[in-house]
Amino acid sequence: MSQTNWEVVIGLETHTQLRTQSKIFSGASIAFGAEPNVQACPVDLALPGTLPVLNQEAVNHAIRFGLAIGATIAPVSIFARKNYFYPDLPKGYQISQFELPVVIGGTVKIQLDGQTKEVQLTRAHLEEDAGKSLHDDFVGLHGEKSSGIDLNRAGTPLLEIVTEPVMRSAAEAVAYAKELHALVMWIGICDGNMQEGSFRCDANVSVRPFGQKEFGTRCEIKNLNSFKFLEESILYEVQRQIELIEDGGKVRQETRLYDPDRQETRSMRSKEDAQDYRYFPDPDLLPLHITSDMIDAIQLTMPALPSTLRSQWQESYGLSDYDVALLTQSKSTADYFIDLLKLIVADLVKPAANLMAGDFASALNRDGMDATDSPIRPSHLAQLLQRIQDGTISNKIAKDIFSIMWERGLTSPLAEQGVVDAIIEEKGLKQISDVGALEKIIDQVLAENQKSVEEFRSGKEKAFNSLVGQIMKASKGKANPSQVNQILKDKLTN
Amino acid sequence: MNIEEINHLAKLSGLELNPEQTKQISKELENILSLVDELQSVDTSGVEPLFHPIAVIEALQQALRPDEATEGNNRMSNMLSAPAVHEGLFLVPKVIE
Amino acid sequence: MNWHEKSLSELSQAIFAKEVSSVELTQYFLKRISQYKGLNAYLDVQEELSLRDANFADELIAKGQAGPLTGIPVAHKDVFVTKDWKSTAASKILENYLSPFDARVVERLGIRGAGMVCLGKTNMDEFAMGSSNENSAYGPALNPWNTQYVSGGSSGGSAVAVAAGLAPIATGTDTGGSIRQPAAFCGITGIKPTYGSISRYGMIAYASSLDQAGPMGKSAADCGLMLNAICGHDQRDSTSLRREPDNYLRLLGKNWSETAQLPLQGLRIGVPEEYFAQGLQEEVGQAVRAALKQFEDLGATCIPVSLPKTKLSIPVYYVLAPAEASSNLSRYDGVRFGYRAKEYKDLTQMYERTRSEGFGAEVKRRILIGTYVLSQGYYDAYYLQAQKIRRIIAQDFQTAFTICDVLMGPVAPQVAWKVGEKSKDPVEMYLEDIYTLSPNLAGLPAMSIPCGMSTEGLPIGLQIIGNYFAEAQMIQIADHYQHVSSWHQLAPSSSVTSSGGSL
Repeated sequence: MSQTNWEVVIGLETHTQLRTQSKIFSGASIAFGAEPNVQACPVDLALPGTLPVLNQEAVNHAIRFGLAIGATIAPVSIFARKNYFYPDLPKGYQISQFELPVVIGGTVKIQLDGQTKEVQLTRAHLEEDAGKSLHDDFVGLHGEKSSGIDLNRAGTPLLEIVTEPVMRSAAEAVAYAKELHALVMWIGICDGNMQEGSFRCDANVSVRPFGQKEFGTRCEIKNLNSFKFLEESILYEVQRQIELIEDGGKVRQETRLYDPDRQETRSMRSKEDAQDYRYFPDPDLLPLHITSDMIDAIQLTMPALPSTLRSQWQESYGLSDYDVALLTQSKSTADYFIDLLKLIVADLVKPAANLMAGDFASALNRDGMDATDSPIRPSHLAQLLQRIQDGTISNKIAKDIFSIMWERGLTSPLAEQGVVDAIIEEKGLKQISDVGALEKIIDQVLAENQKSVEEFRSGKEKAFNSLVGQIMKASKGKANPSQVNQILKDKLTN
Repeated sequence: MNIEEINHLAKLSGLELNPEQTKQISKELENILSLVDELQSVDTSGVEPLFHPIAVIEALQQALRPDEATEGNNRMSNMLSAPAVHEGLFLVPKVIE
Repeated sequence: MNWHEKSLSELSQAIFAKEVSSVELTQYFLKRISQYKGLNAYLDVQEELSLRDANFADELIAKGQAGPLTGIPVAHKDVFVTKDWKSTAASKILENYLSPFDARVVERLGIRGAGMVCLGKTNMDEFAMGSSNENSAYGPALNPWNTQYVSGGSSGGSAVAVAAGLAPIATGTDTGGSIRQPAAFCGITGIKPTYGSISRYGMIAYASSLDQAGPMGKSAADCGLMLNAICGHDQRDSTSLRREPDNYLRLLGKNWSETAQLPLQGLRIGVPEEYFAQGLQEEVGQAVRAALKQFEDLGATCIPVSLPKTKLSIPVYYVLAPAEASSNLSRYDGVRFGYRAKEYKDLTQMYERTRSEGFGAEVKRRILIGTYVLSQGYYDAYYLQAQKIRRIIAQDFQTAFTICDVLMGPVAPQVAWKVGEKSKDPVEMYLEDIYTLSPNLAGLPAMSIPCGMSTEGLPIGLQIIGNYFAEAQMIQIADHYQHVSSWHQLAPSSSVTSSGGSL
């Protein structure tokens, strides 16, 4: 077969449903799961005489996104009509943005195989979503097979985010999609619920021989609403195109859908190719002006971005890549850690990170909750860390106290202050650090474990540990481990 | 304009024309287009389009609506004039994707 | 009492003086409407609903809660949606359509607003596309001066209703002359205010950046009264201006210049030379010049000005209006409301048949042209080019207004023509719009007042074009003229109107 080294070229267009109370151009609700057409008001139904009015929060979300990706936010942008006929498009046109979008440029950083790459964005623009067609076989007016149209979704605000064709593999595309997904949720503009259609990707895929400057003909795979399907469909499509070309054929520019059952892409109705959308500025809407004051006001309310936090924490506290990745995996985790940082001194930060990566993360996972919902609040972790640091308790005991607090916190909210001390008191968990008391215990154990003493003295290192184990057991875990080590070593070497 | 162009135009416009209508329309459109071709005689270099008439005296800005769900469930009255409805859905001949 | 001959303020006074109730007044007009239904001015009349509203008005009046328009009947152009009357835009595709909401204009004037009583919906050219009311799917409205002649359009029904005494006042809309021209053809007064003055919410859209509602009545003063009730910002219309509306009657009766002797001394009237060029019917020209002479007698000065792109306004309009219309009318597809074709084999055919059967010929023509000028490869040369020339036209007006206060000229090149005379060639009719299109393109206020009669007994109108927001001055000027002339007080003879014409 052919010896061509093929290069894959991918660009992604992502439609994110914006988190608002109402639609982008009308006051109907956008809550998911309502009865058909109860959230479709006259404007959404395009009844004669209705007109669009722009939702402020949708604009704010666009500004947030622009700030988060370092893009240019257009001081003036224009809404345009995209004209075509389809039953889920009540007006016979979609209000979108064409020549002058609200956000221009910007980058999203992705991590792949330990490398960082910057994905350039072309633009992001505001538009309205269409309704839904239900293809169950309803019976129509004259007995014909019919589809049912639900326009609840028509008018939901969307931000369409478009990348330059800079991705070179399915893995890169998925890494970008995941990063974008985390980002839009992080800054609060999208709930990221892919099952409900809040985040949908279209992939533009083409291939060309390595070294060729011109792009190959691309196909668009539409409406991928899971990362798995995104990856599978791209892999299939790349293969399909390569095989087609190597067999002497030509790739036709078209729109394709992914069939997850057959795991293949197939062409949509070919009428698509004839589409002339006849874009023109919507005369019912005026130019959208965004001032620097508006942008500044939004900037003030923006949370620190994960990448910013990561560098900050690594620089200030020497945390590792692994640590910071874990702490910024979700906004709730990061917010929790930020609150915790306010309560502890610098040298407790690393132990804090370990604690959050360890017992805390396990408990959250096990009980299926977010850091925000955790029964143990940052103040409790701070108390725990402080008591470890000041020697009141050992790490081992701290784990027990953690479990007790978690269990109790699930039943009823824990008090803010003094919980750890109360449990230490209640269960008598104070670490024994008094030399006299420790010597008594150690002497007792040594007396009862002559065999181990002799084994140690005859060179068996392991016997030391077993003696330590016995001492810890005798002290019910409360003996201060480093002191025990010291005293035991002294006694055994004399 | 030839028959193909008219048919394409009709499709884009969501209209159906029989051959007789197509011929008639073709003539009428040609007349209208020759009227409209006069536009080309004007030199508009450096002139910005005027999409909103008042923009010639003041820079208009789109007003922003506060984000509130103000519309209740008025499905019944909104769908009163619908030709075909079933359990709250608008019915149309089956859509093939 | 001949209530149909009274002005709005006379009716209001009579109501306040308890000389007549709203119910009596409404019954009076309903009777006339029925008597003269051969004129085909109305498309939907619901007597019980009108009387229901009239009763409510009488209650308000009894409680002392009445305003200057309370209890007075009004007719609405069928382009405004109404909850209780059908709204068809004179099209088959909206036959029997009932809107779940009222247009803003209807709300403002209605029984819970200014307190007016709706007599019904008036005839018009389908989707406001036309200059004669012959494009209605429900038959043309007939000119009450001679029922063999057109009423003008697109607000033909409203013009006929007022001229024939079938409503004291009516609402209309004007996209390229659709208030002014039928007002001129029927011998009444009509005003298209500055773009954005009146909310378009509930006004079935034809060309969004050109459409504007306005009053059609017996006099400038009457029209001013209605303007006061309907102008103002509406947050449901993004193109609705946010400034405080004017009191359009504030200059009524005042002199143009406080210190001057003559009422209009100091007023500079620009007379565009292009409005008196070839194509203008001689009688029309004479009547307009005679009116200008009367303005001079009132103290005004006439100054020649030039609006060089006047002729070009026709192709500009006939690119932009169809373009916007082609998109605005895409929602008429038989899915959620309105007419649906009876036979179709699939979705595409349902769309195409519904629209082809539901729309009339002129509407289809304009949709096709609109689609064409927006399509790939033609957008720049047609649509964008037209929008650029539009700016030049608007700038030309501003230049003219540096040396004059208002512009005056004819409304149309000729008086009303015979029904059927111009329906063969659409372009022939487009050319008739030459004087009225430019103000719409520029968004300027413009009005039409009666200023003469042709030898055949058909009315002639004078157009007054003002600068942005100059409606109060225009009404002031027109009112002075209406005090020294009586063209606006003429009414068609009842023998003509009652014959109803042939339908």
